[in-house]
Amino acid sequence: MEKPELECIEMNSGFINEIEEGSGIKVSACFQCRKCTNGCPVTFAMDLYPDQVMRYIQLGLKQEIRESATIWVCASCETCTTRCPNEIDIAGVMDFLKQSVVKEKGQAAEDKVLAFHQIFMDDIRKRGRVFETGLVGKYMLHSGDWVTKLKDRSILDEMLLGWTMFRKGRLNLFPKRIKGKAEIEKLFNNSL
Amino acid sequence: MKVSYYPGCSLEATARDYRESIAYVCGGLGIDLEEIPDWSCCGATAAHSTDESLSIALPGRNLTLAEKIGLDVVVPCPMCFNRLKTAEHEIQKKTRKELPHHFSGKIKVWDLLDFLSRPDRLSQIQAKVQQPLKDLSVVCYYGCMANRPPRITGVDQYENPQNMDTLLKALGTQVQDWSYKTDCCGASHTIARPDIVHTLVQRLYERVLDAGAEAIVVSCQMCQANLDMPQATIAEIFRKQYHLPVYYFTELIGVSWKALEAKTWLSRHMVDPQTLLKRKGLI
Repeated sequence: MEKPELECIEMNSGFINEIEEGSGIKVSACFQCRKCTNGCPVTFAMDLYPDQVMRYIQLGLKQEIRESATIWVCASCETCTTRCPNEIDIAGVMDFLKQSVVKEKGQAAEDKVLAFHQIFMDDIRKRGRVFETGLVGKYMLHSGDWVTKLKDRSILDEMLLGWTMFRKGRLNLFPKRIKGKAEIEKLFNNSL
Repeated sequence: MKVSYYPGCSLEATARDYRESIAYVCGGLGIDLEEIPDWSCCGATAAHSTDESLSIALPGRNLTLAEKIGLDVVVPCPMCFNRLKTAEHEIQKKTRKELPHHFSGKIKVWDLLDFLSRPDRLSQIQAKVQQPLKDLSVVCYYGCMANRPPRITGVDQYENPQNMDTLLKALGTQVQDWSYKTDCCGASHTIARPDIVHTLVQRLYERVLDAGAEAIVVSCQMCQANLDMPQATIAEIFRKQYHLPVYYFTELIGVSWKALEAKTWLSRHMVDPQTLLKRKGLI
């Protein structure tokens, strides 16, 4: 009987070193018990399970991880981090991976999720606080999601929801700005 | 007594019902909430997903402002609470020079639910009950951020929290036990990936019904929004019928105290929360 051909992977320890040094989180402690994946509520939307992300890092499969939807789909509920028997901050690793993509201006596999984070951060930088009334509209324009929502007509439902919320006194007409905007700007500049 | 108060961005708008009911309950207990002057956004999920430095510095700024006042700070939003606690933890490990003021960690950061459910305040709340909510069958839904991860939140019962259960029982409510108290609702995915929220929340609705409850009680405005706002949409997608009002625990304290203002808070919900309470003769 012929043996199936297996793909060989060359291990690359550079990636795990980069993550462990950059985040201070010890991914090498993972022994693949899969407790993280078993408790994760969003595996149904992931292309790599959390335990696979840990293993891929150990093997140095940087590209595969950077292109995965998983890191963006992670809801940061911290169940994995809480339950890991080796105390690996798995949600923290997901954050570190997302931050690296942003820092290197890479492409996010879930570009709409990143678009939402970015307009949220822009709002903070601009005023010091988030103006919820403007957030959804800005997100739609920035992400291009309005095109999809126009096609499937869900944009009408969203507009109706917005109007109902406004009537119920849950949306403000004008944003609030803080006085210490210069302090916020300094924090943003420092992070660049 | 006087404490510092960090309301967070949502309580200024979409969670106005939460803000109003908190003001009423704290007023009734003689707790003076002093809003931190010129507080700024904690950065929420967006900051820790995109920038490590800002994920600590943004909540850190608020900690330094609170420490200038010198009083413990109470935080109603579990997301803000989680970010402030994370910043507290990180700043004590490594000083962040970019912060405008020094933070030494001498003030305590409280999750509002934890703060109000401590024994002496609990008995104060119970003493003011004018109509026990005895026919109301609910589950307590705690969500993720007030409890996890325990090394940051300092919570002991993080898998099966009890403080909201205890508080609601003190109001006379029939609290049903269930295993989904801290399962995620999808949080900020509601904008960019609503499909994820719909799947997670529909599962929760089914578990609520299995538990024999007729309503859900929360302490998080993000959970409230995700369970309340898309309920009709979720029912349509999954071809089911749901009518599950989602109350803030502070609203139910108000109802048990016969607050006249309760109807105003409840009128802001999307799923009608008043009919159920009227049927029980509570409003």
